[in-house]
Amino acid sequence: MLNSKIPPGKLEDKWTDYKGHVKLVNPANKRKLEVIVVGTGLAGASAAASLGELGYKVKAYCFQDSPRRAHSIAAQGGINAAKNYQNDGDSVFRLFYDTIKGGDYRSRESNVHRLAEISANIIDQCVAQGVPFAREYGGLLANRSFGGVQVKRTFYAAGQTGQQLLIGAYQALERQVALGNVTMYTRHEMHDVVVIDGKARGIICRNLVTGELERHFGHAVLLCSGGYGNVFYLSTNAMGSNVTAAWKAHKKGAFFANPCFTQIHPTCIPVTGDHQSKLTLMSESLRNDGRIWVPKKKDDARRANDIPEDERDYYLERRYPAFGNLVPRDVASRAAKERCDAGYGVGTTKQAVYLDFKYNLINKYGRAEASKQGIENPDTETLIRLGKEVVKEEYGNLFDMYEKITGENPYEVPMRIYPAVHYTMGGLWVDYELKTSVDGLYALGEANFSDHGANRLGASALMQGLADGYFVIPYTLGNYLAGEIGTRPIPTTHEAFEASEKEVKERIDKLMGIKGKQSVESFHKRLGKIMWNKCGMARNEQGLKEAIEEIRALRKEFWNDVRIPGDIMEMNNELDKANRVADFIELGELMCLDALERAESCGGHFREESQTEEGEALRNDDKFMYVAAWEYKGESNWQLNKEDLVYEEIKPTQRNYK
Amino acid sequence: MNLTLKVWKQKNKDTRGSFETFQVKGISSEMSFLEMFDVLNEQLIEEGKEPIAFDHDCREGICGMCSMYINGRPHGPWHGTTTCQLHMRAFKDGDTIVVEPWRANAFPVIKDLIVDRRAFDHIIQAGGFISVNTGNAVDGNAIPIEREKADQSFAAAACIGCGACVAACKNSSAMLFVSAKVSHLALLPQGAPEKKTRVMNMIAQMDKEGFGACTNTGACEAVCPKEISLENIARLNQEYLGSSFTSDKV
Ligand SMILES: Cc1cc2nc3c(=O)[nH]c(=O)nc-3n(C[C@H](O)[C@H](O)[C@H](O)COP(=O)(O)OP(=O)(O)OC[C@H]3O[C@@H](n4cnc5c(N)ncnc54)[C@H](O)[C@@H]3O)c2cc1C
Ligand code: SF4
Ligand code: FES
Repeated sequence: MLNSKIPPGKLEDKWTDYKGHVKLVNPANKRKLEVIVVGTGLAGASAAASLGELGYKVKAYCFQDSPRRAHSIAAQGGINAAKNYQNDGDSVFRLFYDTIKGGDYRSRESNVHRLAEISANIIDQCVAQGVPFAREYGGLLANRSFGGVQVKRTFYAAGQTGQQLLIGAYQALERQVALGNVTMYTRHEMHDVVVIDGKARGIICRNLVTGELERHFGHAVLLCSGGYGNVFYLSTNAMGSNVTAAWKAHKKGAFFANPCFTQIHPTCIPVTGDHQSKLTLMSESLRNDGRIWVPKKKDDARRANDIPEDERDYYLERRYPAFGNLVPRDVASRAAKERCDAGYGVGTTKQAVYLDFKYNLINKYGRAEASKQGIENPDTETLIRLGKEVVKEEYGNLFDMYEKITGENPYEVPMRIYPAVHYTMGGLWVDYELKTSVDGLYALGEANFSDHGANRLGASALMQGLADGYFVIPYTLGNYLAGEIGTRPIPTTHEAFEASEKEVKERIDKLMGIKGKQSVESFHKRLGKIMWNKCGMARNEQGLKEAIEEIRALRKEFWNDVRIPGDIMEMNNELDKANRVADFIELGELMCLDALERAESCGGHFREESQTEEGEALRNDDKFMYVAAWEYKGESNWQLNKEDLVYEEIKPTQRNYK
Repeated sequence: MNLTLKVWKQKNKDTRGSFETFQVKGISSEMSFLEMFDVLNEQLIEEGKEPIAFDHDCREGICGMCSMYINGRPHGPWHGTTTCQLHMRAFKDGDTIVVEPWRANAFPVIKDLIVDRRAFDHIIQAGGFISVNTGNAVDGNAIPIEREKADQSFAAAACIGCGACVAACKNSSAMLFVSAKVSHLALLPQGAPEKKTRVMNMIAQMDKEGFGACTNTGACEAVCPKEISLENIARLNQEYLGSSFTSDKV
């Protein structure tokens, strides 16, 4: 049933062979083929631009007022590529290996290898577009390191890498709009996929300004709609990030893979109160230069700077000497939780640890600057002053953001941080060609489950989104569309469009008709609490079973008591939110089901029943070496399909960062 | 703290709007300005009224979506800060806060505090890019770029396209936004081949969209949340003059 269509041959030859033999569409025929791209973040903008350049007729959609505002814009730290500019032993194989290992051996070898192969082209493409990456004094590109690896392969633009990459893709996209190859629909939200004779042939969307429902035809549909971290209510995702597009596709036959694989990022600004609407990330790149610690004494009430060196517990350096502060995210997050649960947390809520820059500010940057400027025997104050200037260049915007939010100056006192929901490795199941289990329906970027297994390494999401959009889909989509050159555009009066639109309309009418008492926001918050407490950093059988019951009850209550003011045929933000939250509630149930079914720990999925004596995640490869691809069978009813993971190149071992 | 809010309410682009007054209670200084609006909106929903529509997404000061004109200043009182990063520490108990949408002919109001900023996308379409198709690129290190130039280019590229510069300008000029894009690309060797046509086309589009002329008052720089510098406008003017003298397309 599940055919991942991995090409035959040796791992390192698969992609080259595939490209050499894939079917092509000639330029004249491309102009007759229409492609729908839902979402214009890094994955969608790069795909839409590249397909437009090839000559396809592209229609692209986003819910913001401009493609430049997609959630990708917020990515901070950087993007990986196996360039080996640093001469420190990097290679395609090493990037491939690190990613598979970082993902705790739950991703597909062939896809990850392709990603590593393509990574270098992405940097070249971005530089050519004018992405102003950080550079060394010699004018060449600079690199920093990220968690889970021992080489420096991350390219960056201060703490605004996502912004710069997205602007590059956005500009390429707008160029195609100007050339008439892409039509851009902003403030549009997809509400359904239209499937005709087993093939995706279009979408229904709501014009968010007028409230009208619209029908759009395409020979193929690409979903590039991002991740679903907001199911937890509080996350580092943008407020509008949602699962609706992927979820509607799921209900139309696309399998949802590994939904429980979520990434909790170790370094975020902690929750302060109930009013909080979102959590803010402090980039992983800060772990290059920041050291994480808690006091050795329980309930130590002293201020951070008053705690002497020998009374601090640098617990990551203590537990994982080989990787220290740069262990992968799942490991770092659990270690922070462990310390806080044991009573060593800091700050008013005791749910925080310190991220301290003083040591490197003085010893790394301060000393280097002093020696550059020929200052002999500098005192500590001079070192701090010099170090600050360098740190400002590297991370200035993050430090400013921290200060605006907390009112504290991180150059003077250590940051307080705590793990928060950040990224979703799970997503729509796709084969090697990025096609879902519905013909003609593709998923790219964070919306698919593809490359990160049970835990994503830092700076690899931007890489994957752009790989999918710039370099994979232009080939794999052609392989499908070559068979569609005889298909004339289907009029949107077709009964399948009628039926889809009717379904969407009925749901909206139903939502507006409830006229209950509780706000959408209040339901979303409650869902988030259930998910965070029972399907968050640590999970167990009993908790997951309870969560499923609670979510079912919440769904009932939502559909009986939600209050949505305003009208349908106008801009109505509450209605938009209600549509999204209704889908999140359904997804939440599936996530818990998936987490319950996977009775092992791997990567970000930590089942308390399955751990080593030292409290590390314990995999069970005999039973769970598969991708769980869930098929929708009706309300609260799913069938599990398994894609077995076969490792030809790498031998899975227990991950060790000690 | 307890606050009085005077907020612009407007049903859609075809109706006339007006100010309405609201009271909010129990606002903590740790909240962001938008979280204060969340509290107000929850309160309005509770009372069976319509919440206030406003644009926002990342709430991290980077997407450029949030856009409130607060007490006579785009993005409010804090320097170099977007509306979403403004925190309630900036206000005190009993304050009255006046909140309006961006006002400019090129940015029509869609609803309440939400405006239509697609004119910015049109300006980018006119030339705010480097014409390089996917797959055409040479190695990223093939052309070294002077670090200072790269840094200046990055500083200009930090523009988030929020439109505060337009909202602050008495002529509703989009010059700071356009100059940031022109500088970002012109400072890089990759952007050089299209330097001349880019600036001409973007300026022409800016005029077409109904933005006003720049009279160098500097109001834009003062409110820009990304501290985009007026030097970019000087650079644009140079580029523009250079292009009009040498371009055979004039
Ligand atoms: C704060 C933060 C920092 C990060 N930093 C890094 C980093 O340093 N390095 C790294 O590699 N990764 C990072 N990531 C992860 C990375 O940014 C994302 O995984 C990636 O950008 C996702 O890109 P995307 O194109 O798949 O989706 P998105 O950028 O989320 O885009 C989704 C698009 O889909 C549209 N959309 C969604 N639903 C609908 C619908 N129903 N109808 C119409 N349109 C819809 C949206 O409008 C948007 O255009 C970070 C993430 C966060 C939250
Ligand atoms: S120049 Fe500044 S104020 Fe103007 S759009 Fe850009 S970031 Fe906003
Ligand atoms: S909401 Fe994104 S910049 Fe304010």
